[in-house]
Amino acid sequence: MALSGIQIYKMLPQTNCKDCGFPTCLAFAMKLAAKQVELSSCPHVAEDAKAQLSEASEPPVRLVSLKANGHEVKAGNEVVMFRHEKTFYNKPGLFLRVKDSQPAGEIQAAIAEADGYCVNYVGRDLTLDGFAVEAVSGDAAVFAAAIAAVRQASHRPLILISTDPAMIAAGLRAVDGENPLIYGANTGNWQAMADLAKQHHASLAVIAESLDELADLTEKVKEAGVKDIVLDPAARNLSRSLALNTQIRRLALKKNFRPLGYPLISFPGEGGDPAQESVMAVHAITKYAGFIVLDHFAAETAYPLLVLRENIYTDPQKPIQVQPDVYEINTPGPDDPVLVTTNFSITYFSVANEIEGSGIPAWLVVTDAEGMSVLTAWAAGKFDAERIAKTIKSFNIADKVNRKRIVIPGHVAVLSGELEEELPDWEIRVGPREAIDLPSFIKQVL
Amino acid sequence: MAVEIPKDSWAGSVRVVTLGATPADGGTRSHTIMIGGQNTLPFMHFEKPTPHRPVIAVEIKDRRPEDWSGLLLDIWGDAANDPAAWAKQAEVAGADMLVLALTLTAADGNPTTPSMAVEAVKAVLAASKLPLIVLGPGQADADNELLVPVAEATKGERLALGLCEDKNYRTIVAAAMANDHCVVARTPMDVNLAKQLNILIHDMGLPLDRIVMDPTTGALGYGIEYGYSVMERLRLAALQGDAMTQLPMMVTPGFEAWKTKESKFGQDVPGTWGNWEERAINWETLTAMTLVESGADVVVLRHPESVRRVHQAITDLMTVPETV
Repeated sequence: MALSGIQIYKMLPQTNCKDCGFPTCLAFAMKLAAKQVELSSCPHVAEDAKAQLSEASEPPVRLVSLKANGHEVKAGNEVVMFRHEKTFYNKPGLFLRVKDSQPAGEIQAAIAEADGYCVNYVGRDLTLDGFAVEAVSGDAAVFAAAIAAVRQASHRPLILISTDPAMIAAGLRAVDGENPLIYGANTGNWQAMADLAKQHHASLAVIAESLDELADLTEKVKEAGVKDIVLDPAARNLSRSLALNTQIRRLALKKNFRPLGYPLISFPGEGGDPAQESVMAVHAITKYAGFIVLDHFAAETAYPLLVLRENIYTDPQKPIQVQPDVYEINTPGPDDPVLVTTNFSITYFSVANEIEGSGIPAWLVVTDAEGMSVLTAWAAGKFDAERIAKTIKSFNIADKVNRKRIVIPGHVAVLSGELEEELPDWEIRVGPREAIDLPSFIKQVL
Repeated sequence: MAVEIPKDSWAGSVRVVTLGATPADGGTRSHTIMIGGQNTLPFMHFEKPTPHRPVIAVEIKDRRPEDWSGLLLDIWGDAANDPAAWAKQAEVAGADMLVLALTLTAADGNPTTPSMAVEAVKAVLAASKLPLIVLGPGQADADNELLVPVAEATKGERLALGLCEDKNYRTIVAAAMANDHCVVARTPMDVNLAKQLNILIHDMGLPLDRIVMDPTTGALGYGIEYGYSVMERLRLAALQGDAMTQLPMMVTPGFEAWKTKESKFGQDVPGTWGNWEERAINWETLTAMTLVESGADVVVLRHPESVRRVHQAITDLMTVPETV
């Protein structure tokens, strides 16, 4: 049962020592009740109280982790319905499915391509997280051989798909020592599946068409000793899946309803129309999926999905930023142009990538705009003439170049007058609004 | 076990805005489009019915937009040379309504004149009977100079005119009021700025049911998460009863997505970006769908295949599940 802040307070030391970072024990208790802090932040709580509180302080959505060969994919531990309320924590794992009816060579080739896929976005390398292997052949040896083929091409975590316990048993033997996800348990096979999951330290997905049945199943599976559970409410179209995913997240967070306090799995490729797979995946990423199993891999689809996942799971309180500094692009010399922008990382990488790609050497001065883009920072007063001038002076740009001339983004053309006052020795030029137009601007105008 | 479904019950609801007027109401449109009216979060059919589906507006221009991606110019072909032909093509592609975005300069390099703008708008209204949004070129002086005569020449059509921004809204709002049109109010990704502009426009005397707000979005990869969260917060505020946020939302994922390098260019990009055309369509479609999930009532798109995919997805989202 969830405890109220007052109930929790009674079990705390009540010394207001502030070691947890909060002014009073009551404040800490309230945060604990809201599941916004961990009990471990209090170094003084008594052992017996700890035991009582640990159940109450368990995350409302259990953390489930799939592991293999040093790779780990985590889902769960989420605490909010909307990212602006705090943040979403564990990015949903993206998996690609193969079937054991495919020839081993085809499986290996498909897996190798997807496994090696790595795309750079704002300085981060993004990849898929793992693979799902489905037994459709009905032959345990064929299934085990397909898994072996996958393992020759990838070391990432696996999801084993079959509702036949004999197939899953063969599959688990093929990945001994790993922590895969079994998909899955239903009303007919849950006992055998739970035994297998427990025996092999695997997580277990449970599948049911209604929340009532789903909750019944997780309780049975938990009773049988499986703690790491994943939910599939079996919705394969957008509206039903949105409704069920929302209801499950609400029950877990707002009602602390333990039987549905687990991450969700989603199969966007099962909607029937291959062109809609990426659309279904959008919805899985924004609305609460913990594991997403795709049926098709193509760079032109994987890239936008990986980027969307980064965007939605960015902490709204900490915009991704780069260090304010003078960045030397293509080893600039004293005669090369000085460009100014903000330290929002999307802004920085848009500008830096364009210049780098063009081969033109330039000094890129990144001002501290508290991680905001050019227009946003300008509107918020974080990218004004004073700040730009201060940056130019503090990084001693004048010592690096022969010609005192800076280029400001076209969106803040209005700043040029004030900048001329702040930097009287400097020539202020207004550049293009968009980063893609920078190389031609530098070549033609400067 | 019987699981009790947690249902939200909200005090507030989004206003309904009607776009376009039929001959019965003084216009020439074949039908009107109603947006807004929700009193749940998007598509929570198990709480309350969703009264009006989100609509897709296809963006066309008064003259061939040479700065658009080659993929877009290729797919629209010769239609892009003529706003009337383009309007018809957009209707065939599945547009629920049209956005005509006026260009700053004419083909000869001189500024677009009011009579040229009026002619383009009239040609589009004659070619397609869909409700229409007309956007100025995006510079205050030009917007005012072109949109006022457009508003006068189309009195009674119940167009939406935009974009009203905090530094330039009075002239556009006055023109809309005098000629029975609506307005689109744009603010840069901020809940309070959106509220403030709605208040300013309302204070001039334009009824709230003639304002659509555009809270601005970024494209996928270029700040979409800011637009997404601002829209979620605006919709939550509306449902909680904050009157000045209870307006339908329009966003421009087509404009934003086709501005990105990912959509605009097929050459000199990393190989890991994959096939250009499919990537570009994905960029627009995924941007649009993310915003539909966060409460967009109008999404403005550019590519016909994106229109097809988003339309299909909205139809799916609007299907009321039987058992939940």
